[in-house]
Amino acid sequence: MTKQNKHTISILVENKTGVLQRIAGLFTRRDFNIDNITVGKTAEEHISRMTITTYGDGKTLEQIIKQLNKLIEVIKVREMKPDQTIRRQLALVKIHAPTEQDKSEIIQYTNIFRGKVADVTPKTITVEITGKPDKINALIDLLRPYGIKEMTKTGITAITRGQKTL
Amino acid sequence: MNGSEALLKKLKENGTDVVFGYPGGVLLPLYDSIYDCDIKHILVRHEQAAAHAADGYARASGKTGVCIATSGPGATNLVTGIATAQMDSSPVIALTGQVGTPIIGTDAFQEVDTIGITMPITKTNFQPRDSSDVPKIIDAAYHIASTGRQGVVVVDLPKDVLENEVTDEDMDAKLEIQGYKPNTNGNPRQITKAIQTILNCKKPIILAGGGVILADASKELVEFATKANIPVATSLMGKGSIPEDHELSLGLLGMHGLESTNNAVTDCDCLIAIGCRFSDRTTGKVSEFASDAVKIQIDIDPAEIGKNVDIDIPIVGNAKIILEKFIGEIDGVNHGDWTKQIVSKRWAYKPKYNFGCVPFKPQECIKEIMEAITPETIVTTDVGQNQMWMAHYFKTKNPRTFISSGGLGTMGYALPAAIGAQVAKPDEHVLAVAGDGGFQMVSQELATIKEYDLPIVTCILNNRYLGMVYQWQVLYYNNRISQTELAPTPDFVQLAKSYGIDAVSVEEIGKLKENIMEAFDQGEARVIEVKIDSSELLPMVPPGEKITKIVGEYKQEE
Repeated sequence: MTKQNKHTISILVENKTGVLQRIAGLFTRRDFNIDNITVGKTAEEHISRMTITTYGDGKTLEQIIKQLNKLIEVIKVREMKPDQTIRRQLALVKIHAPTEQDKSEIIQYTNIFRGKVADVTPKTITVEITGKPDKINALIDLLRPYGIKEMTKTGITAITRGQKTL
Repeated sequence: MNGSEALLKKLKENGTDVVFGYPGGVLLPLYDSIYDCDIKHILVRHEQAAAHAADGYARASGKTGVCIATSGPGATNLVTGIATAQMDSSPVIALTGQVGTPIIGTDAFQEVDTIGITMPITKTNFQPRDSSDVPKIIDAAYHIASTGRQGVVVVDLPKDVLENEVTDEDMDAKLEIQGYKPNTNGNPRQITKAIQTILNCKKPIILAGGGVILADASKELVEFATKANIPVATSLMGKGSIPEDHELSLGLLGMHGLESTNNAVTDCDCLIAIGCRFSDRTTGKVSEFASDAVKIQIDIDPAEIGKNVDIDIPIVGNAKIILEKFIGEIDGVNHGDWTKQIVSKRWAYKPKYNFGCVPFKPQECIKEIMEAITPETIVTTDVGQNQMWMAHYFKTKNPRTFISSGGLGTMGYALPAAIGAQVAKPDEHVLAVAGDGGFQMVSQELATIKEYDLPIVTCILNNRYLGMVYQWQVLYYNNRISQTELAPTPDFVQLAKSYGIDAVSVEEIGKLKENIMEAFDQGEARVIEVKIDSSELLPMVPPGEKITKIVGEYKQEE
């Protein structure tokens, strides 16, 4: 069996229509997997940055990077080494909280995880949390017994530690 | 100047003086400008043929081919031709019409998402939304199509973009492409390592692919092979990179390759692959492909290195430049016994013909074809058994004279590709070899041949079957011949004559050769049908098997 490791890839692309489709299409056509993907503008208006997490062995990762590099709109591609990378995700969670006790417990848990309360109604409370995926999952596990009514997560975005840039 | 005029001016500036196309509603502004411009327009009878012709033009000449189709169905009809050219790295620009920008996305009449459809089958594609962008996008299209690993660029042109004003300033604007910088020179350390390996190995083989021809590196290939005394096997796309009557030439490798060549590659201790992407048709079972060899791969596209076969010494660069560096460092190596032994095995094989058989044996047809033409004659083939018989028995002498759909395997390719080749090389003889199946997919292009008075000779090897699929049904599906019998075929002679083209059905030995020579002498198009033996099968390697596991008889003799 080949090793299916998780990889985070950071890509600088020209900020143009259709670029996301090009990249997603490349993954589909070449039978690569996208675990999650985030896109946003960089400090430069005409350049966007994509963060893709994917599974695959070393050979697949090499092909993904090479094939991405072939796209005309791609300016730079890098694998983000796990120990030198800051990885963050955002989650918004709406929890069933009909009693004051529920609300107060949920707020306490959220504070421990440095999350924030984003909205409260008589029957629900909505919290936001950012952090590493496992931290977010840990909070969600604590909140689950109250009844999660709705939840949304962004993909992971990542940046290198220290002075190095892409 | 409007968008159309600016476009045509840019085509001209980039060296294009002929385009292959088919008009339509949204292209009215462009065709109005074509009416009085000095670019020659070849009107095909189906858009697919426009793409194949532009591709054939590019392969025969080395220049970028240009085809034009209207929006919607025009653009979708181009798709097969675009994918064919892209798979074989042929530099082609496809210009498609699009509905006006105000109605894009409304499912307007003849609207289709050409950018979305062609994204996975092109090197890149563009859709200018403003007339002022047309000139710089056309310049970029030529640059991208013809440099690095060559390929197809689609430019999708909305109607209003073709109509609106373009200024002189717009004509000089440059499109900045930050992410596109092909590496051509090769890493010096890897080159040194490769040279050391070549000097120290005992049983080297060169595998030359289409990249050698695309880089115009055939002369360098032959010089390097001669200086280093290394036999040269070719992939289908590499056919013609070395003259196949050269003493170091081993001919075709792979699924339909020569037994001696497949054995040689399996036994070698150093494989030098140049401009070859290790298609499954070339390698057979990858894990047993040249498994004892140190593998050196030279390719302009870094993504090809290690994609299908693990490589020990990768060199990213242009084949001509790298080979020149090799030639400078290597002189008079002697792999004596190995080279002599491998080469003599190939030359011991000579096709055995069943003379005088009626219906004809395909091998005999190929022999007559070879006797009828000169080394400069450009031969295009269709796909299937006709293509493999040609690949197998026909000896190509010059690069860019064997034109065939390798990667996509597109039936119907031969005739329109021959149109493109003949337009590119009006002074050379052009011969299209097709099967009855492929010919029937594009026979309407006989009208184009007639209209432009193109002296193309078409040879239809008629076996009344989809020969290659039939062959697999015989060999691997217990003789269950499902839907591959094409009888009744039309009367090809009458069909061609109805287009005003001279035609003949050949039944006597020698008549094929005679007809080809006569048509070439008269400088007139001719269709020659030869009814061949449909039971004749090729030797081949079963799919997914090691390339030495050949099934079927070679029909060769001393």
